[in-house]
Amino acid sequence: MIFRETFFLLWIIVGGTAGELCVSRAMKSIGEVTDFHPAALLRFIGRALRVKWMWIGVTLMALAFFGFLGALSLDNVSFVVPVTALSYAASALGSGIFLGERVSRQRWAGVFLVCIGVALVFIGKG
Amino acid sequence: MTASPGLRFKTYILLFIMMVFGPTGDVLLREGMRRIGAVTTWAPAGLFHFFVRAFSSGVIWLGISSLTCFFIAYMLVLTWADFSYVQPASTLAYGVVALMGWLFLREKISPLHWAGVGVICLGVFVVGHTHPRTTEPS
Repeated sequence: MIFRETFFLLWIIVGGTAGELCVSRAMKSIGEVTDFHPAALLRFIGRALRVKWMWIGVTLMALAFFGFLGALSLDNVSFVVPVTALSYAASALGSGIFLGERVSRQRWAGVFLVCIGVALVFIGKG
Repeated sequence: MTASPGLRFKTYILLFIMMVFGPTGDVLLREGMRRIGAVTTWAPAGLFHFFVRAFSSGVIWLGISSLTCFFIAYMLVLTWADFSYVQPASTLAYGVVALMGWLFLREKISPLHWAGVGVICLGVFVVGHTHPRTTEPS
């Protein structure tokens, strides 16, 4: 049970974060949205759908959703959802390595707090 | 963010929708999965049938619909409001989910668990208040 639980939680955190990083990479390659008219937004979506990273990201995020359902079949929602906040730690690590972003000390402090909170949730679960 | 009363009202309505529909979606998904039962196999065919059962459940689709409403409200509000203004609402969602699980699904939550949820909310809030751009614009 604990193995399955951990597997699904890792699946959500790693898969979801990897998916978001891929989508972020795709969006950065397209450039910033400056025109919010419906036609311009449709053209933007069309351009996004032609980027390989977008499809990889969306697939990974869909897989993470399946992992979320698997985790919710095993555990309470009040446990699963707060634990998925660990994705903030995974994305801080991933955005530094994969996207070359500089992660500020304040963001690391927030990530540290999230990790402490998740540890408390695990211990509090008993 | 421009603070005209109309825009402010529209923003509050959408933030309220986010705060209600996001956690409600999560709670409905949990209720749906609880009715289906725990996943017991790793075999691909077994997992396939498990997820087919999940997606045949009306409660799961209600959960997905609720999360879709949350996502649409989130996307809409981000078209005029700053992320740092919207983000505290998503921060609170971690607490609201725990509260709804405790209230509606009778989930047992220890004081330490509540403390953990509080610290997570604080951590996510701190992350959300960092600068959104960490690389030099090209």
